[in-house]
Amino acid sequence: MKRIYLDYNATTPVLPEVLEAMLPFYRENFGNPSSVHWAGRAVAGAVERAREQVARLINASPAEIVFVSCGSEGDDFAIKGTADALREQGNHIITTAVEHPAVLETCKFLEKRGFEVTYLPVDSDGMLDIAVLGKAITPKTILISAMWGNNETGALFPIEEIGAVARKHRIRFHTDAVQAVGKVPVDVQKAQVDLLVLSGHKIGAPKGVGAIYIRKGTRMTPLLHGGHQERNRRAGTHNVAGIVGLGLACEIAGRDLTAKMEKVRYLRDKLERGIFAAVPEIKLNGHPEKRLPNTLNVSFAYIEGESLLLNLDMKGIAASSGSACTSGSLEPSHVMGAMCVEVTLAHSSTRLSLGPETTEEEIDYVLEVLPPIVQRLREMSPLYNCRTPMSCEECSIVKRV
Amino acid sequence: MNKMTNDKKRVVVAMSGGVDSSVAAALLKEQGHEVIGMTMQIWDYSAFTAEHGETFGTCCSLDDVYDARRVAESLDIPFYVVNFEKDFQHQVIDRFCDDYFAGRTPNPCVLCNQVLKFDLLLRRARELEADCLATGHYAQLLREGEGFALRKGLDAAKDQSYFLFTLTPEQMERVVFPLGGMTKEEVRIHAVRLGLRTAEKPESQDICFVPDGDYVRFLEEERGSGHMDGEIVHVGGKVLGRHQGTYRYTVGQRRGLGIAWPDPLYVVGIDATKRQVVVGEAQHLLVREFTCLEVNWTVPPPSQPLRARCRIRYRHTEVPALITPFPDGRATVSFDEPQKGVTPGQAAVFYEGDKVLGGGWIEKAGARIQE
Repeated sequence: MKRIYLDYNATTPVLPEVLEAMLPFYRENFGNPSSVHWAGRAVAGAVERAREQVARLINASPAEIVFVSCGSEGDDFAIKGTADALREQGNHIITTAVEHPAVLETCKFLEKRGFEVTYLPVDSDGMLDIAVLGKAITPKTILISAMWGNNETGALFPIEEIGAVARKHRIRFHTDAVQAVGKVPVDVQKAQVDLLVLSGHKIGAPKGVGAIYIRKGTRMTPLLHGGHQERNRRAGTHNVAGIVGLGLACEIAGRDLTAKMEKVRYLRDKLERGIFAAVPEIKLNGHPEKRLPNTLNVSFAYIEGESLLLNLDMKGIAASSGSACTSGSLEPSHVMGAMCVEVTLAHSSTRLSLGPETTEEEIDYVLEVLPPIVQRLREMSPLYNCRTPMSCEECSIVKRV
Repeated sequence: MNKMTNDKKRVVVAMSGGVDSSVAAALLKEQGHEVIGMTMQIWDYSAFTAEHGETFGTCCSLDDVYDARRVAESLDIPFYVVNFEKDFQHQVIDRFCDDYFAGRTPNPCVLCNQVLKFDLLLRRARELEADCLATGHYAQLLREGEGFALRKGLDAAKDQSYFLFTLTPEQMERVVFPLGGMTKEEVRIHAVRLGLRTAEKPESQDICFVPDGDYVRFLEEERGSGHMDGEIVHVGGKVLGRHQGTYRYTVGQRRGLGIAWPDPLYVVGIDATKRQVVVGEAQHLLVREFTCLEVNWTVPPPSQPLRARCRIRYRHTEVPALITPFPDGRATVSFDEPQKGVTPGQAAVFYEGDKVLGGGWIEKAGARIQE
């Protein structure tokens, strides 16, 4: 059976040259970079080189990069570390309704600890209204957390505008850039962000490594206490091989980023046009233009996304209904809910996310296989042929229920 | 199963993570069928405990999902977890709670089979172009005339046909029970022979969402408590004491009444609207007839009263009775000999020998034998 991987937003294969670069650090270069002797010295330099590589990709300086274990840790650290450090100044946090659970759940946790959180709404394209952000700011606001690119729809927030608002009000700005890094240019200076999180396994490095950019002079309370690694900002022995892999993956991501992504965008657009030409009654989720070049999220009226995914999988096509981070199961999406996508459509939202390795043959195969599956599922659906779409008000009532 | 003897079929197996469904999957795979494993995620215990103030919870239902996943992996079959948490909450948990607060003693396992396994999960299977849905139930579906007859499992001690009376003819066409003709012992032997990791797993006994068996605490956590107290009344009319909520009682219950009385007292009835728990002596438990509702026939529906044997709870030996069906889906059941423990909310299932004829939900017991 063919195996076609169209779930690059969930994770990516480790690039062969990244794996090669990592292997010596599992073999002869086994030292602990915190050790003073030859074995430690042999690897300490590699960690610092990786730090430079990460910093360069996002236009930061190496001292502002702290290695963590994953994107979730980075987001947790950014939010809890800020909340604790700035507790005296205020207890209000602004975020958006469509963040990754790493941000949303951390905010909910802080709500139970006495913080107030504003979840900014988005419009039906998943876009943020910058004026609404301005109105949400209070004298107690200590943090704005808004993602760069949405994992489900690929929608790109106006990060530079948000950064400008945050800077104007002298409020700290955190962005979860896990999906954006490696897919669009990311520049922490231009965007005026103070905290930015990225993850290795989304860009061809292995799972289990990520990084957080902490702008110089940003006061933070560590999440992990212990050893003095990462200048007391993050305890725990370095995942040396993973860090080396992350560094190289960042360097590779930066090379010809625009050209690589133009190819991905071409294939994504071909897939999108092909599906829209072959299947009636479908809806694009996310902003048509302001979107990650690799992401396509479509709702197919009358069917369950879950069924479509299982059927695609039986044909060897790996797709997703949204976030893969929910205990291995298939959850209805909070992102679709926030965008006020009709409930029945939200249930059928399906994400196809491409990568640099995706080929035109693979896209052609999907275009051949997917439309008949949708048609067959529709013919089995009790909703097909006998329903009228719900209005926005009806939909919000159903959601509240 | 005669449905499976012909050629190679695509079968979805409902895998719970227990030994029975693991063996069902392994045997079907061994017979050369194209097997797909599916587990229903119906209850996230960790979310439940987190919402109720604990910082961490054990995660019983997810452990079972992991077991099912590992078995599927070892069988090298595709495996999917399908999320029915919302459906389970609305159609099983909510009705479970409603029943208790209305003075009934529910049977959530029958409901779960009816509304999740043989409806939603079967639909998922059909969407994957599967020919059948297999489960690890101890019951048999044997071809009879144009359709199928539901019969008891061969292992009398394990027979689960009681939980399956809601099956419709369409469902019986599409469902298979690979273990129906086996004993539990044989299933265990197969599990060991096939090297299944669940071979030694203990049997699950409780209601899956009340793992500690404390259903009263569960109800109070789901719906809250307080201001539910009322009178404990003797069948003769005398008020004997007070209780803290009718949902804490079930018909036939003897312990925990806290009343001094010459003879042992039993709960013989619950009146949720009057907030009364009615108690009486052992003979007051005897009932000659009752009505049931939402009756489903697994054979062509009879138009006349019929003689059958009736089982009124899972661990009850069926007894002779006359069943009178009504057009509104109700039926009355008149026992030849009065029976103890006719409990509203439980299922009444009608048998002819080993064959299930149908069943319904016990609505109301008729007049007691001795008032």
